[in-house]
This record gives sequence, structure tokens and C-alpha cells, in this order.
Amino acid sequence: MLRKALQLSSCRRLSARGLSTRRGGSTLDWGGKVSEIKKKIRSVLPGGTWDLPYDTSHLPPEHADVVIVGGGVIGLSVAYWLKRLETQRGAIRVLVVERDHTYRQASTGLSVGGIRQQFSCPENIRLSLFSASFLRNINDYLAVVDDPPLDLQFNPSGYLLLASEKGAAVMESNVKVQRQEGAKVCLLSPEQLRSKFPWINTEGVALASYGLENEGWFDPWCLLQGLRRKVQSMGVLFCQGEVTRFISSSAHMENASGEEVTLKRIREVHVKMDHSLEYQPVECAVVINAAGAWSGQIAELAGIGNGPPGTLQGTKLPVELRKRYVYLWHCPQGPGLETPLVADTSGAYFRREGLGNSYLGGCSPTEEEEPDPGNLEVDHDFFQEKVWPHLAQRVPAFETLKVRSAWAGYYDYNTFDQNGVVGPHPLVVNMYFATGFSGHGLQQAPAVGRAVAEIVLEGSFQTINLSPFLFSRFYFGEKFQEATII
Amino acid sequence: MAAPRASLCLVAPVWNRGTRGVRGLNRMVAPQGNQRKRRTLVQFLADHFYDVQALREYFLHKQALKVHQENRSVNSIKNRYGPYIAGAFSVLNQGGAVKFQGQEWIRPNGRGHFSLDFLKFQAVPVEAVDASGCTLNYSGLDNLLPLKELQSLWLQRCPHVDDWCLSHLHPLADSLQELSLAGCPRISERGLACLHHFQKLRKLDISDLPSVSNPGLTRILVEEMLPNCEVLGADWA
Repeated sequence: MLRKALQLSSCRRLSARGLSTRRGGSTLDWGGKVSEIKKKIRSVLPGGTWDLPYDTSHLPPEHADVVIVGGGVIGLSVAYWLKRLETQRGAIRVLVVERDHTYRQASTGLSVGGIRQQFSCPENIRLSLFSASFLRNINDYLAVVDDPPLDLQFNPSGYLLLASEKGAAVMESNVKVQRQEGAKVCLLSPEQLRSKFPWINTEGVALASYGLENEGWFDPWCLLQGLRRKVQSMGVLFCQGEVTRFISSSAHMENASGEEVTLKRIREVHVKMDHSLEYQPVECAVVINAAGAWSGQIAELAGIGNGPPGTLQGTKLPVELRKRYVYLWHCPQGPGLETPLVADTSGAYFRREGLGNSYLGGCSPTEEEEPDPGNLEVDHDFFQEKVWPHLAQRVPAFETLKVRSAWAGYYDYNTFDQNGVVGPHPLVVNMYFATGFSGHGLQQAPAVGRAVAEIVLEGSFQTINLSPFLFSRFYFGEKFQEATII
Repeated sequence: MAAPRASLCLVAPVWNRGTRGVRGLNRMVAPQGNQRKRRTLVQFLADHFYDVQALREYFLHKQALKVHQENRSVNSIKNRYGPYIAGAFSVLNQGGAVKFQGQEWIRPNGRGHFSLDFLKFQAVPVEAVDASGCTLNYSGLDNLLPLKELQSLWLQRCPHVDDWCLSHLHPLADSLQELSLAGCPRISERGLACLHHFQKLRKLDISDLPSVSNPGLTRILVEEMLPNCEVLGADWA
């Protein structure tokens, strides 16, 4: 009896175990079967992965309507506005060619990230004002379904520009223009300056202008990533590679005065892939040169500036690489939370960084002292000799500062008049420029992108008239210069 | 006991998240969930069908548009009744409350209706505005800026008031004595830095701001910046 019972129970246990294992086994088997069936179906159906002798999935497409050279903040902004202003969804095929997707040397990520309206040219003020409203509503413009909203880390602390007695008149007329354009800027006398910011030494300061709104600094990386994310969701194609050659056709024409003119049109862009010799010719209708500090080289590739000097063919794009240092220092007795971005009469500037009494700053070197732009190494003597004396003179607390770190970044420096170049080239008719902003490219990028997209799609500037920024000013020798440059 | 709850969590939030993905703008504060868990049916459909994707983009756009619509400027009222009435109207319209000088508080009732009796106070300046919990944003503040005699402003728990708005408030610096920003999810120490314009401020409430990284330190720095002002905030100073 007992044996029987034991046998029964063991039987039941066995059977139970058998059942459970069978159940587990069956699910395992089922998974395997499904994948097998899937594999079979895939091999039978057409349109599966082809065993091509040569895989081209990493190459850019063979055709694109617009090729943007340079995937920095300006290039991405142009791509964004092209896709946004297109009349029909997916009407334009945009390809962004970026040399380095880590943006190691790109000016965007290495910039201090300031935005200001205190310019002297009304066009620059308008560009900046539009950019400020873009950044303010960045989560409306760059919203992507299912992605978290962007946190731009905007510090609305304003810019404080100081002027000596010599510069006071210029500053006054600048502020008048800025107010006409709608910027909220106020003028401060040395007395008011001292009561507002007691840590400033007002010696040698005759007048100061202070931005109350829409001025400050933000995280450039966030803007770049936000644009990238949005642009990708809008269907813009990306490619990591380098533009090495333009294939163009030319037509010989005569102008009204009987001179012969050669008009060029870029047909193909050769994109060389990263770390290899392989390249892909991309047929395109429009090329946008947004290569920033390297845009001079891109223009040369397209044959701009190859003709005899003094002619339109021989006019080069005067955009060069310039190296600028940014230093980060700590100063326990330094100015407090209210510190704006202060630009001294000497050209040195600084701003607060975070809450722990850290400050960022630097100074633009003079033309003779330009450092070699071959690498991004920092010259620490430059701070000791050229920046610190000015800082300590302006803010006595900075006598005791301690430099924590430093980095260098590139300016896309326009040697002609330190202002941007926007719009088509008069002879290479389908190359459009968006470059040469000499340090304020980041803050104007959203507006510049829209202007370039407008001139590509509509043929003229619609919202902000940027005709003073056209390339032809280099040929005519008409400088469009800011009264003060930071 | 732990296992069934976990499995419940896996199933239940899928639908909740789906709807929140369309509606919730302030997911910045929401914890980052598991990537696999966050994929929902709506997301799946959006990835595979352009129509669904376009529809979701449209809803997102519509949502932003609604906030803009609620904050449009009240220029026609301003031209007819003057800046005080226009400011008061825009606040009442959003569900806030206003107090004219020497008068009682005016509040909309539970349904959002309010009587238009205040139209007779055209020459009476507005003294205090309570916009707590309103959908006020940067452009909506434009309606409040002409209230030159405004002494108290409550902006508690306003979801759209951010650092840009604080820099926008500077025209009120000459009159404002009391400002409350408690519970605004998008205000950070970066925006608080530009409160140094408000040297007449006597009382400032910056408690419970989730975006401020160091509430204690921020409070000390704000107190240093505004020496005449009583700052309410995190209590470890």
C-alpha cells in the first residue's frame, strides 16, 4: 500500500516535472522555429538583403538636391529651414556632409556660446533678435515627437560693454540703432555702473551699455544636438566624409559692356569617405558652403579666386582660420550671481560659469600676434601677459585668480570686414555661402539658416534683407564693418 | 509579491505613456525609463506609417499653438480701455486673480467666468496679480509689463514661466516689492541671476524649484545679490 502510494506520488511528481519541462521546452522550440521560418521566408521573398559584391550602404546617395558642406550649427540650421520652408513634405533631398561627427575641432562646440544684440549694423541686430526668439521657442521649433524637450541652459544675464572716452560716441550711436531695431539695451554712466556692479573699477570708462533682455549665453552643444535630432527626423541625410572635388560645367557669356564672363555650375560633388580613398560623386543642384573656418578651402576647390587678381574671377573668399583661446579660472572673491558678460575697453571679456565662483574669458589677439592656427594648443603665457592685466585692472578681485583650465577654438575669420558672407556666388551660380561670421556665427545661425533657405527656395531674402552680406562686396571693395568687434 | 507588481508595471503604463507622449510637454522632469519599456503602440505605428507620424507631429504642434493662443496680446482691449484693464483681463482670462488699488481681489468663479465690473477702474492702477497655475508664458507677460504700479506678482506653479520670462520682467523693477516663483518647473538659477534688477524687492519666494541644481547655495547667492530682500527658499542657510 505504502509502496503503491509512494509510486503514485513519485509518478505524479515525475509527470508534473515532465509537464513543466515539456512546456518550457516547447516555448524554446517555438522561438527557434519562428526564426527558422522567418529565415526561410526571407530567403524566398524578393527585396531581402542582397549579397552584393560591394556594399554601398555607408556611402552618400548618388543624387541630392542640396548638398550642405559642413554639419556645424550653420549647416544644420540651413538644412532645417530648407526642410521647413519646402512646399511639400519630402520635396527637397538634403545631404549634409560633415568631416568629423565627433565635432572635435568644430567651432560650434568650442565657442563660449554668447548671444547679444549690441552690434552696430542693423542687419546683425535683426539676425540676433530673430535668433533669440528662435532660441526662446526652441522647443516649438525643434520639437521631435517622443523625444524629451531641449534644455538650452540659457543664462539671461546680458552683455555689459564698456567704452572709453574715445569710444563713447560710437557706443551712443550704436545703442540708438539697437533701440530702433527693438533691442532692450540701456546706457549706464560710470556712477550708475558702480552702484549696479560694485566690483567694477570704472577707471577709464566713460560709458557702458548693458543688454537687459535676450542677451547672455547658452549651451552650444545642446543647440547643435537639437538641430541634428530635428533635421534627422525631417529626413535630411547625413554623411561623414570630406568634399574633395567639384565637377562643374561652364558657359561663356558676354556682359553688357562686351567683356567675356565664364559662368560655372557645379554638377557633382565628390565626397571622400573617412579614412579611406573611396569616394562617391553626388549629383546635386545646389551646394551650400557652410564649412566655417575651412570654407575658404571649399571655395578654392570650386575654382573661386583662380582668375587674375582684380577681376571677379580672381576674388577669393577671404575667410581664414583663426585660433582663439578661452580660459577658465577660479576666484573666490570674484563677482557674484549678477555678473553679466563683461567686455572691457581693452577687448578682454569674461563671464560667470556656474555657481562656484568660476569665470570664463579671453581676449582677441591683435593682428600681429595672431597665433599659428595649425593646432588647437593653448598658449598660457598669452593669459598672463595679455588678458590677466586687463582683467585685474577692471575687476580688482581678479588679482588673486587661479587659472583652472583652458581650450582653444577656431573663428571663421573674415579678413575683409569681419562679417558674414551669405548668398550665392556671382560666377559659380549654384554655390551659396553661409560662412565667415568671425565669432558670432553661433548666435546668428538660426536666422542665417532661414535667410539662406529663402534665397535658395525663393530667390531673394524675404524676412531679413541680408544683401549687404553678399559676396560681391569683396569685388567692389565695399566694407560692411562693425564699429566694435568682440 | 514583487514579481506580479513588476509584471503589472510592464503592462499597465504602456497605454498611459502613449497618451502622455502626445500630451505631456514637461517630460524633462520625468525619470528616464527603460528604453524597451517606453516603446508603445503609438510609437510603433508612428515609426511604420507616415500618416500616424504626421498626425502626432500635428498634435504636438497644436498643443504648442494652444499655449500661444492663450497668451496672445490683448491690443484691442488695451486701445479701448487702457493698459490696466488689458492686463487685468488677460490674467482673469487665464484663471488668475487681480487686485486694483484700494479694491477687493477679483477672481473668476469655478467655471472661469468673471464679471466685467472692473471695466470702470480704467484709471485705477493694478496693485497685485496672482497668476498662480496659469499658462502664462513669455509673450503673455507682455500684457503685464505696462502695469507700472504693480507691487506683488505671484507666479506659483506656472508651467510655462522660464528663465527667459524672468529677464523679460525688468520693466517692473521700479515698483515690484513681492515676487513669488515657488514651484515653477522651468525656472533655474540662471534665470534667478537676472533678478538683480529688482532692488526694491522686499519678499522673494524661490522655494520648490525642481530645475535649480543647488537650492541652498542658490538661495545664499540670491540673498547676497538682493541684500534688502527676504528670500524664502530651501531652509538650510
